Amino acid sequence: MPKITIDDIELEVEAGLTVLQACELAGKEIPRFCFHERLSVAGNCRMCLVEMERAPKPIASCAMPVGDGMVIRTDTDLVKKAREGVMEFLLINHPLDCPICDQGGECDLQDQAVGYGYDRSRFGESKRAVDDKNLGPLVKTIMTRCIHCTRCVRFATEVAGVPELGATGRGEHMEIGTYVEKALTSELSGNMIDLCPVGALTSKPYAFMARSWELSKTESIDVMDALGANIRVDARGPGVMRILPRNNDDVNEEWLSDKGRFANDGLARQRLDKPYVRKDGKLAPVSWDQAFAAIAGRLDGMDGAKFAALAGDLVDTEAMAALKDLMAALGSNNIDCRQDGASIGEGARAGHLFNSTIAGIDEADAILIIGSNPRWEAPVLNARIRKRYLEGGLSIGVIGEALELTYRYEHLGAGTDALAAITDGTSPFAGVLKDASKPMIILAAGAVARPDGAAVLAAARAIAESSGAVRDGWNGFNMLHSRAARVGGIEVGFLPGASGLGTNAILDGAASGAIEAVYLLGADEIDMSRLGDAFVIYQGHHGDAGAHRADVILPGAAYTEKNATYVNTEGRAQRAQLATFPPGDAREDWAIIRALSAVLGKTLPYDTLSDLREKMTMANPVFGAIDDIIRADWGTFGEAGALSSDDFNSEIENYYITDPISRASETMARCISEILQGSAPRTGTDG
Amino acid sequence: MLKDADRIFTNIYGLGDAGLVGAKSRGDWSATSEILAKGRDQIVDEVKESGLRGRGGAGFGAGLKWSFMPKEIGERPHYLVVNADEGEPGTCKDREILRFEPHKLVEGCLIASFAMGAHAAYIYIRGEFFREAEALQSAIDEAYDAGLIGPDACGSGWDFDCYVHRGMGAYICGEETALIESLEGKKGQPRLKPPFPANSGLYGCPTTVNNVETIAVAPTILRRGHEWFANLGRANNTGTKLFNISGHVNNPCTVEEEMSVPLKELIEVHAGGVIGGWENLKAIIPGGASVPCLPRSICDSVLMDFDSLREVQSGLGTAAIMVMDQSTDIIAAIARLSAFYTHESCGQCTPCREGTGWMSRMMARLVSGEASVDEIDTLEQVTRQIEGHTICALGDAAAWPIQGLIRHFRPELEARIEQAKSQAA
Repeated sequence: MPKITIDDIELEVEAGLTVLQACELAGKEIPRFCFHERLSVAGNCRMCLVEMERAPKPIASCAMPVGDGMVIRTDTDLVKKAREGVMEFLLINHPLDCPICDQGGECDLQDQAVGYGYDRSRFGESKRAVDDKNLGPLVKTIMTRCIHCTRCVRFATEVAGVPELGATGRGEHMEIGTYVEKALTSELSGNMIDLCPVGALTSKPYAFMARSWELSKTESIDVMDALGANIRVDARGPGVMRILPRNNDDVNEEWLSDKGRFANDGLARQRLDKPYVRKDGKLAPVSWDQAFAAIAGRLDGMDGAKFAALAGDLVDTEAMAALKDLMAALGSNNIDCRQDGASIGEGARAGHLFNSTIAGIDEADAILIIGSNPRWEAPVLNARIRKRYLEGGLSIGVIGEALELTYRYEHLGAGTDALAAITDGTSPFAGVLKDASKPMIILAAGAVARPDGAAVLAAARAIAESSGAVRDGWNGFNMLHSRAARVGGIEVGFLPGASGLGTNAILDGAASGAIEAVYLLGADEIDMSRLGDAFVIYQGHHGDAGAHRADVILPGAAYTEKNATYVNTEGRAQRAQLATFPPGDAREDWAIIRALSAVLGKTLPYDTLSDLREKMTMANPVFGAIDDIIRADWGTFGEAGALSSDDFNSEIENYYITDPISRASETMARCISEILQGSAPRTGTDG
Repeated sequence: MLKDADRIFTNIYGLGDAGLVGAKSRGDWSATSEILAKGRDQIVDEVKESGLRGRGGAGFGAGLKWSFMPKEIGERPHYLVVNADEGEPGTCKDREILRFEPHKLVEGCLIASFAMGAHAAYIYIRGEFFREAEALQSAIDEAYDAGLIGPDACGSGWDFDCYVHRGMGAYICGEETALIESLEGKKGQPRLKPPFPANSGLYGCPTTVNNVETIAVAPTILRRGHEWFANLGRANNTGTKLFNISGHVNNPCTVEEEMSVPLKELIEVHAGGVIGGWENLKAIIPGGASVPCLPRSICDSVLMDFDSLREVQSGLGTAAIMVMDQSTDIIAAIARLSAFYTHESCGQCTPCREGTGWMSRMMARLVSGEASVDEIDTLEQVTRQIEGHTICALGDAAAWPIQGLIRHFRPELEARIEQAKSQAA
C-alpha cells in the first residue's frame, strides 16, 4: 500500500485511490465540482488542485492516482490562489441568480464560493447566456448556470446507458445538450438533478415549489418498485414536495428511479380522506363508526369461508399481518397477496427471493434473464447490471422480449422453447452458465404469473441446479419482483391457508356467489368485474379501481404517511417512516384493522405498532432483522409440468403507471406523453 | 551558419522531385534496412545521444520519449502517431516537409515505429493541408509499391503500415492527447495525464506522438551518426532546425539552420533583414503564436534555441519567427492572438474556457484604450490564474503572449489608455 504524506500527515492508503480520496482520508476536504465517486474522472473543473512535491504545476487531485512517497500540500497559498482563480472563472459567466434558483441552499457552487470566492467581481464584460434545452418533463434546464462539469453527460453515458447527452461547441460556446432536442429516455434521469452541482439541471415538477431549508426531511423507503430504494422524503406541511435517494451501497447505491422520485405528486391527488359507505348505489361519506358498523352488519353471522381478503402491491407488512390475524379470527383462510395469481411463495423461501442480493450482481459473471424487462421493473437494478457489464467479463442472456436494456446481451428466444433449450442443455448459453463461477438466473415475478407459472418456476430452479448456480456461499437463483408489497406479503404469510382460496379462486367464488364478502387491502390490480355481487370492503389511500367498486371504503395511509415495514425483492426488511400525516380522516392501515377487529368482536392482541412488530418478528425473524438479509436455504419450489407455448412478456406494460399513486400523478402522465409517445412540445422552426 | 553539407532537408524549397526517385537521389531510403538491423535499443540510444528534442514546441527529448514505450509488446499493439496538424500561427515548417520531403517522414515513421515496436503509424494531418495530404499519400503509395513499407518493410522482416488521417481544422487537435481523441473519432479534447500516451494512448494502447519534423530528421541522424547531429548547435540544443521567418522582413522564408543561431543573424542573413533596418524593429515572437514576444533589446543578442529563449522568458516553440517593425500596433497584434485562443479553446476545463474569453475581451478594450490602468494588472493576474492550471498547454499558450506584452510594452498600454481618455475629454 502506498505511503503518502498530506500536509505533514503520513498515511498508508489503498493503491488505486486518487489523491483527492486520500486527502479525504487524511481529513482534508478538497473542493470539487466534476469529480464524483460513481462516475469516471473528468478532471475538468480544476477546483481540486493541490500542490505535489516535485511537480512544476499544481495537480488535479481527482485525476492523480496515489503513488508511494508522494508529498501533497493542500493548504498552501499557491493552492488557495489556484482555487480562488478557478472559482472566479466559474463565477464570471454564472448568472448569480441564487435568489430565484431552485438549487439555492444546496448548491456546491454557492457553498464553495463562500470558501474561495471574492466578495465582488472584477469581470466587467457581458455575461454569457445560453439557450435552455428541453430535456423532457422531468429535468428542467437553466443552461446559463451550467459550469460544464459534464457529470450529467457521464451519468447518462455510463450509468443510465443512454448516450443522449453531450457537449457541442467549443471554448466558451460549449453547451451541454441532447444534440437534437428530445426528451431523455432514461428511467434514471432524475439522478442528473442530484448530480448537477449547480442549478443548471433542476427538477421540473418541483420548480419553485419550496426552498430546501423549509422542508422536513424523513428517511424512508421507496415502494414504486420492489427494490426498496432508500429515499428521503422532503415535506412541507401536509405535502410531499420531493423525494430524493439516500445512499445504500447494498440496494440502490445513490440512485433512484424516476417513478420513485417523481410520482410524489400522485400522493396529493385522488386521495381517500374519509370513510365511505355505498348507499343506494352511491358512495356517501360517513364517520368511521358508521363505516365499521356497516361492515359489522354485513359480516354478522357470515361463515368465514365466504369471506376473503386480497392485499395489493403497496401494502405494508404490518397491515397485512393484522389483516391476516383478523381473517383467521373470523375463520377465513381465503387470503392472498398475489393479485396476479403468480405461483410463488408456496415452496422454499429461496424461490421468491433475489438470493444473490443486488450487490451480488457486482460479482456475477453470467446472467440469464427470464421474462423480465429489468429496465422497467427495477431501473436501478438494471443500472447495476450495466455497471457490472461495463467492467467486462459478463455474459448476459435474455429469454423474453428483445428490449433495449442498455447493455449487450444474447437474445435466446422469446418463449418457453428457449427456456427448455437451457434446461436440456441444447442452448450454448447453458454451457456459459455452467462455466461461470458466479452465474445468476434472474426470473421475473411476472414470468410465473401465468397458467404455467409453477412449471416455469420449476424450470428456472432446474436451470439453477443444473448449472451449479447454487453452491456454497453463492445462490444464483433470483426472482425479480416489481411489486413492493409482494415479498413482504409472502413473508407475513398472507397466502391461502389450509384449504383456503387463492386470488383466482376468490374471484371465481365472488362471481359465483360462493364468496360473499371481499376485503381489498389496497388491491387495485384485479379485474373488479369478477367480484360479482360480493360485498367489497376497500381499504387504501387512492380512489382507484378498488375504491370505485367498494361498498365500504376505509381511508388508509400511503407509504409516506405511516411507519411501516416493507420487504424488498432480496428479502430485506426496511422501514418507511411517517413524513406527513394521512389526509383528513385517513389512518395508518394496521390501526384501522385493529379498530375494526374490536367492532367485529375479535379484538386483535396488540395495541401498539411495536406490539404488532414484536408478534411479527416472533412469527418470522425477517421482521426483526431490519435493513438486513436473512439468507434463504435452498429447497424445492415450483412444480414441474408442461410449459405453454406463450411468449414471455414483462408484467409492466407502461413504466410510468403501475400503481394507484403513479396513476394519480400528473408528472407520470406527462412522462407517458412526452417520453413514451414522444410528443414533447416542439420549439422553434418546425412550424 | 549551417554548411550546405549539414542540411537535412535539401529539397525544402521544392526545387527537386519530391517523389521516390528524387528522394532516393537525396539519400532517403538508403541503407534503411541497415539502420533497422541495429535493433530497437540501439536506435533509441542513438536518438537519445543525438540530443534531438521534440520539434513540436515542448522540446521534450525524442529518444527519451521513445524509450517510455513498453519494451515488450504485450496484448495491446503499439502505435506511432505523427502530429502533422500544424496549426500554430506563423508556423509552416511541417507543411514544407509534407510537400517536398514526404519520404523523409515516411522513412522516419518506419524507423521510429520499429524503434518503439509499433506496426502501424497514423499521420494526423491538418485538414486544410489538402495538397500536402495528397503529396504525403502519394509518397506512402510509392513506398508501399517499392516494398519500403508494408509487410517485411525494406526487407527487415518488420511489418509496417502507415495511414494518413485528415483533421477537421481544430487547433486543439494538435495537442497530443486531443489528437488521439480526434483520431479515435471523438470530440477533440485533451485527456488527463497520467496516464501518459506511452501507457495508454490511441485506443488505450501504448502510443507515442511525435511532430513531423522530429520524425523526419531521425533517418538522417541515424545515417550520419548521432555525433554529427550532436555537434551542431549548443549542448542540450543540438542539431538543425527549420525556422519560419514571417512578418516585417524583406524576404520571408523557411530556412534550415543550426540550432542556437543568433536571432539577429538568422533574420539578416536569410530573411534579408527587417524592413527599414534593424533599428526599425519593434518586437519579435520567436516561436509561434504561443510564446511571449521579445523587444528589440533582447532580440539583439538572443540565440535561437530552447534554453536561451527560456532564459529571456520566452520559448523556441515551433521556431516560427514573427517579426514586427515599428509600424505595428503590438497591442492589436497580441489581441488578435488572444482572440484566436478564445476561438480555439476546447472548452473542457474551466480556466481556459472562461479565461480566454475574458482575456480577449480585455485585450480588445486595451487596443482601443477603453480601459483603466488597473485592468492591466487584472489582466496580468488572469493570465497567472490560467497558466499552469489547465489540462493541456493551450491555457499557457493563451496566457504567455499577453504576459510578454505586459512585461515589455506596458508603457504603450498605459499610453493608449491615456490617449483614449484625453480624446474622450
